[in-house]
Amino acid sequence: MERKTDYDQIEKRAKGRRMAVRTVTYVLLTIWAVMVLFPFYWMLLTSVKSYGAYNSEYIPKFFTLSPTMENYVDAFTTVSLGKYLANTLIFTVITTGIMLFVVILAAFAFARLEFKGKNIVFLIFLSLMMIPNELVIITNFVTVTNLDMRNTFQGLILPSVMSVFYIYLLKENFEQIPDGLYRAAKVDGTSDLKYLLKVMIPISRPTLITITILKVIECWNSYVWPRLITDDPDYYLVSNGIQEIRENGFGRENIPAMMAAVVVISVPLILLFLVFRKKVMEGVARGGTKG
Amino acid sequence: MSRKKFRDGSLKGWLYLLPALLFLGAFMVYPLIDVFIYSFEEGYNSASQTYFGIGSYNYAYVLHDPYFLQAVKNTFLLVIITVPLSTGIALLISVGLNSIKPLRNLFQTVYFLPYVTNTLAVGLVFMILFKKTAYSDGFINLILHWFGQGPIDFIDGPYWAKMFVLCFYTIWVVMPFKILILTSALASVNQEYYRAARVDGTSGFRIFMRITLPMISPMIFYLIITGFIGAFKAYSDVVALFGTDLNGAQMNTIVGYIYDMLYGDSGGYPSYASAAAILLFAIVLTITCINLLISKKSVND
Amino acid sequence: MEVVLQNLTKKFPSRDRKSRHEVIAVNDFTFQIPDGKLIGLLGPSGCGKSTTLNLISGLEKPTHGRIFFGGDDVTDLPPENRGIGLVFQNYALYPHLTVKQNILFPLQNLKGKDKLSKEAMLEKAMEAAKMVQIDELMDRKPSQLSGGQQQRVAIARALVKMPRVLLLDEPLSNLDARLRLQTREEIRRIQRETGITTIFVTHDQEEAMSISDLIVVMREGVALQIGKPQEVYDSPANLFVAKFLGTPPINLFNGRVKEGRIYIGEDPVLEIKGEEDGEVYVGVRPEGFVPDRKGALCCKLKGIEVMGRDISIVSENPSSLNPTVRAIIGTENKLNLEQEAWGEENEVRFSLIPHKVFLFDRETEERIQFEERGL
Repeated sequence: MERKTDYDQIEKRAKGRRMAVRTVTYVLLTIWAVMVLFPFYWMLLTSVKSYGAYNSEYIPKFFTLSPTMENYVDAFTTVSLGKYLANTLIFTVITTGIMLFVVILAAFAFARLEFKGKNIVFLIFLSLMMIPNELVIITNFVTVTNLDMRNTFQGLILPSVMSVFYIYLLKENFEQIPDGLYRAAKVDGTSDLKYLLKVMIPISRPTLITITILKVIECWNSYVWPRLITDDPDYYLVSNGIQEIRENGFGRENIPAMMAAVVVISVPLILLFLVFRKKVMEGVARGGTKG
Repeated sequence: MSRKKFRDGSLKGWLYLLPALLFLGAFMVYPLIDVFIYSFEEGYNSASQTYFGIGSYNYAYVLHDPYFLQAVKNTFLLVIITVPLSTGIALLISVGLNSIKPLRNLFQTVYFLPYVTNTLAVGLVFMILFKKTAYSDGFINLILHWFGQGPIDFIDGPYWAKMFVLCFYTIWVVMPFKILILTSALASVNQEYYRAARVDGTSGFRIFMRITLPMISPMIFYLIITGFIGAFKAYSDVVALFGTDLNGAQMNTIVGYIYDMLYGDSGGYPSYASAAAILLFAIVLTITCINLLISKKSVND
Repeated sequence: MEVVLQNLTKKFPSRDRKSRHEVIAVNDFTFQIPDGKLIGLLGPSGCGKSTTLNLISGLEKPTHGRIFFGGDDVTDLPPENRGIGLVFQNYALYPHLTVKQNILFPLQNLKGKDKLSKEAMLEKAMEAAKMVQIDELMDRKPSQLSGGQQQRVAIARALVKMPRVLLLDEPLSNLDARLRLQTREEIRRIQRETGITTIFVTHDQEEAMSISDLIVVMREGVALQIGKPQEVYDSPANLFVAKFLGTPPINLFNGRVKEGRIYIGEDPVLEIKGEEDGEVYVGVRPEGFVPDRKGALCCKLKGIEVMGRDISIVSENPSSLNPTVRAIIGTENKLNLEQEAWGEENEVRFSLIPHKVFLFDRETEERIQFEERGL
C-alpha cells in the first residue's frame, strides 16, 4: 500500500513539472510572437490614425476609435506610391522571367547534356556562388553608368538577373529525374528541347515555384542596386520610394501617411507568403539566405 | 563521326549555357577582375576615366579614413553582439517550438513573417517605435517610463542607444531564417534516441546537452557562419533606421562605406570603394575560414 | 521482323583516368534473331546484355559492326526511326502525366505523314491499353498504380506505335515474386498475340528459361551459348553456362579421368569411352544423383530438407568445389532413400545419371564431350 502512494506522489510531481515546463514554453513563445507581430500591428494602427490625432498623442495610444483611410489616399496622391509599386512590379516580373529562362537552360545543360568542359564550367559556377555582391557591384555601377543605362529598366534589371545558386538547385533537381525517362523519350523520338519542356519542367514544377517565389521576394525587397542606379523618382522601386518618402515626402513628419505606404508595400509579399507558406519555407530552408 | 558528335553534343551544351555565361561574364566575372584593378589604380577620376599610377595608395587611404574605421568598429560590434545572441535565442525558441503540438504551425508562420517583409519598410516602423521627437517620446520610451527610466533618444541620441536599436532590429530580421533551420534540424533528429534516453532515465537537460545539441551542431555552425557573413554585410537595415547619411550618424557599416564612396554626396571614388570592398571580402573570408576550422575541430571531437 | 547483329562491338572509354584501357562492353557479337520469337539475353550484371539492348534500340552507337532489321541496315538510324518499343527496368513512366497521356506520348511525337488525328491516337492508345488490360486505369497517375500496373502501362506505351521489335530491359526485376510469375506469363501472351519479335534482358535464368524461345547466355561482352532453353540447360557449352543455369546450381567437383573412368576423389563414378586421362572438373546437376547403397560416390550427410514436391539431400565431399553437395530427389523416392542410401556413420552413397554429368577442361573450362560405357 505504501509503495502505491509513493507512485502516486511521483506521478503527481512529474505531472506538475510537465505543466510548469509547458506553461513556461508557451509564455516564452508567445512573447516572441508578440515581438514579431507588434511592429506590424503598430504600422497598421498608425496608418489609420489621422494626422492630427497622431500628433496630439504625446503618450501613444494602443488603439484608435476613429480609424481613417485618408492616409492611404495621401500615400497614393501626395507621393507617387502607385508609380513605385508599378515599377517594382515590372522590375520583379521581368527580372524573374529572364532569370527563369537563363537558369532553366543552364541547369538543363549541366544536368542532361554532355559536352566538353562541362565539369570545369560547373566548378567555376559553384565558386562564383561565394562571391559577395558587394565586390562586383562597383564595376557594375560603372558599367551601367558608362552604358548610359542609369534610370532605365535595363540598367535595373540586367545585373539583377543572375543567381548561380538557383542553377545549382535546379540542376540537382533535374538530375533526380530518372535517366530512364530521357531514354524512353529518345526512343519515342523526343528532341532535347521538347523533353525539357514537356517532361523536365513539369516534373520540376515544385522547385521552379520555389525558385520563383524566392526571386520575387529578393526583387521586391531589393534596395542597394536600385538606389545606386536610379536618382529619378520615376524609376524608384518601393524600397527607394519608402526611403525617399522618409527623407523628403509628406513634409517629413506625416508619420501616419508614411505607415500607410509601408502597409501598402508590405501587403503583397505577406499575401504571397501566406498563400505559398509551405513552398516559401521549404525553399528558404534549402538554402536561401536573405540578401 | 567526330565532327557530327561535336555538333550534336558540345555545341548544343554551350548553346544552352550561353545566356547564363553572358550574364555571369558581364556582371560577375568581369567585375570581379575589374574591382582588383580599380583598387590598385591611384587617383582614378571617374569623369575622365584616367589614373596616375598603380599602387596600394587606395588601401592606405581607406585604412586611415576615420569614417572607415568607424564603419569597421560598428560592423564588428554588430557581428559580435547579434550572431551569438540571435543564434542562442533562435535555438531556445526552436526547442520550445519543437516540444509543443497545438499552435505550433501558427507560431511558425508568425515567426517567419519578418523574412518576407521589406527591410526598409519595417525598419521605418522600428524607427518610429524607438524615436523620441518633440511631440512624443515614442512607444519604447513609454515602456521605459513604466519602469521608471528616463526617455532616451534611440535614433538620434547616444551611440550605445543607436547600437542597441540596430542590434535589436538586426536580430529581429535574421531570426526567421535561424528558427526555420533549427526547427527543421531538431525535427529531423531520430525520435528513437529520445525514447532510448528517456528509458534510461536521462534528465531533460542532459538529453538536450548530450543528444540534441551534438546532433544539430552542424546546423548551428552553418547558422553561425552564414550569420557572420550576413552581419558583416549589414547595410539596408542600418539605412532603414538611421537614414542615408550614416557617416553623420556615426552608424555607418563597411558596406555602407563602400556605397557612400561609390555614389551619393561623398561619392565618385570607385577606387576607394574597390579597396574597401576587397578589405571586406578579406575580413569575411578570414573569419569564415576560422569558423570552418573551429567547426571542423569541434564536430570531429 | 528478323533482327541480325553482325560483329557488333561496343567499347567505352575507361572511367579510370589513369589507365587508358577501354572497357569492351560487347565484343564481336554476331547473332540472328528469327522473326516473331521471344529471345532472352541472359547473364550476370556487367556482362554487356543491357549494352546490347541499347545498341539494338539505337540509344547507343556501336564501335564496330552493323545491325539489320529484316534486311534494312539500321545501324545509323536514330532510335525513333527504327520502329522499336522499349520497356525499362524502372518503367520510366512520366510521373506528371496520366496513364493515357503516357501511352499517347510516343504517338504525339510522330511527324509528317505519320502524324495521326486525335481520334486515331486515342483509338490506338485504347487498343494498347486493352491489350495489357489497363483500360480501366487510363486517368490515373503512375504514382497511384501498383508496380505490376505500372509495368503494364510501360508495355502499352512501348506497343502503341506497333513496333517492329520490342525490347524489354529487366522487365520483371522490380516486381515481387508472385507478380513476377504472373507478369512473365503476360509478356509471353502479349508476344504471342502480337507476333512482335521481342528481346528481353534479364539476369534471372529461371525467368529467361521459362518464357524464351531462345536464350543467349552472355559473359564479358561475349555470347557464350545460344539455343533453346532446354538444350542449353541439358548441354552447356562450358563451365560458366553450366554454373549459370539451374537452381539449385550444378554441383562441381575436382575430378580426373583415368583409364576410361571418371573419378571424384577415389570414387570411380562413371565409366566412359576413349577419353584421354587428365584432371577435369566434374559437374553434376542436382537431379543427377540417385541415392544408392552400392553407389560409387560417397558423401558425408549434413541434412535433409523436405520441400514438399521434392527433397534436398545436403552432404559434403572433400573434392567438391562448393561448400555442400546438394542432390534433389523426388518425394516418391523417400522410401528408397531411407532403406537404400545410408552407409556407415552418416555416409550417403549416390550413383550418377550419366546425361546429368558434364566434364569440363581445367584450363579452357570448355565442355569435354564423352560417351558412357555403362556401369
